[in-house]
Amino acid sequence: MSRRARLAFFTVAAAALAVTLGVGLGGLPSFGSQISAYARMLNGLAQSQRHVTDVVSAISFDYRGIDTLFEEFILLSAVAGISVLLRPLSDETRELPADKAPDRSIPPPSPAVWLLAVFLSSLLVLIGIETVTHGQLTPGGGFQGGVILASAIYVVYLGTNYVTVERFQPAPLLEASDGVGASGYVFIGLLGLLVGASFLSNVVGLGVAGNLISGGTIPLLNLVVGVEVAAGFAILASEFLDQTAVIRTRRR
Amino acid sequence: MSALAYGVVAWLFLVGIYGVVSSRNLIHLVVCLSVAQSATDILLLEIGYRSGGHAPVFVSLPAHAGPAVDAVMQALALTDVVVGAAVTGLLLALAVQVHKRAGTLDPDTLRATKD
Repeated sequence: MSRRARLAFFTVAAAALAVTLGVGLGGLPSFGSQISAYARMLNGLAQSQRHVTDVVSAISFDYRGIDTLFEEFILLSAVAGISVLLRPLSDETRELPADKAPDRSIPPPSPAVWLLAVFLSSLLVLIGIETVTHGQLTPGGGFQGGVILASAIYVVYLGTNYVTVERFQPAPLLEASDGVGASGYVFIGLLGLLVGASFLSNVVGLGVAGNLISGGTIPLLNLVVGVEVAAGFAILASEFLDQTAVIRTRRR
Repeated sequence: MSALAYGVVAWLFLVGIYGVVSSRNLIHLVVCLSVAQSATDILLLEIGYRSGGHAPVFVSLPAHAGPAVDAVMQALALTDVVVGAAVTGLLLALAVQVHKRAGTLDPDTLRATKD
C-alpha cells in the first residue's frame, strides 16, 4: 500500500473511530459530577478496614491485589523478553570499549559532574526507599519507588563510566532480585492460605493507621514489588547500555 | 467542561494513531503509541474525578475538606502506566534489533529488505 493510500484509508477509519469515540464518551456521566458507588464505598471503608491512609495502595495491593500480581508478572515477562531480544546474536560478541585502544585510558568525568552524580544518586536511593516504604501512608509504593531506585544507576553512569556502573549492577544479583521480588508477591499471598483464609488476604497485624508499620501485608507487598521493579528497570538499563557499549559485530 | 475533558481524550488518541500510521521512524512510532496510550490514562483519571475533590489520601484531612476522587481509577491508571512502560521497552528492543538487521528504522523501506 502506498503512503498516500494508507493515509486516505486512515482518514476514513479515523473519522469512523472519532464518531464512535464521540458517541461513547458522550454517554459518560458529565465530568466531575460523580464517582462510582464502589469507589465511594472503598474510600469510606479502607481506612477503618485496612488501617491505611492511601486508599490507592489499599486497592492496588489488597482489595484488587490479584490484578497487581498479574501486572507484576507482565513487567517480569517484559523484562525477560527484552533480555532475550537484546542478547548478543550469533554474529556478535561482547567486547569492552577500552579493549580497542589499550594505550589510551578513558578520560574521567569532570569533578563537578562526579560530585553531582554522587549527590543525586544517594538522594535518589533515599527518595526511592522513602517512596516504597510509605506506600500505605502517602502517594507512592513499590512501582513508583522501584523506578526511582533504578534511576540512581543511570545517574551513576552519567558521572562515571561503563566499568564503574557495571560494578553497581551485577547481573546475577539483579536477575535474582527480579525473580525474588516477583515470587515474593506469591509467597505473601500464600500466607493467607496458610492461616485458612483466601489467597492474598490481609492476615498480618494491621497496626495503627498513619504509622509507618501499618496496613498488614500492604507494605510487605510494596516492598517485594519495589525490589522487583528496581531490579527489572536496572536490568533494562544495562541491556540497552550493553547494546551501545559492549555488544559488537564479530570481526572475521 | 465535559466536552473539553473528553475531547482531549479522543484528540490525543487519534493524534497518536495518526503518528503511528504516518511514522517514518520506528522509535518515533513507539513514542506515538505512548501518546495514544496516555489518552487511556487521562480518560481513567477523568472518569474518577469529582469537582472540588481531593486525592484519596486521608492524611491531615482538615486542610482538604470535601469529597475524595475515585481511588479505583487511580489504581487502574497505575496499572496502565506500568503496562505501557513494558510495551514501550519491548518495542524499543525490537527497534534496536531491526536496525541491526536491516540498517534502517523507516517502516516503508523496511518492507523491501529480505533476510
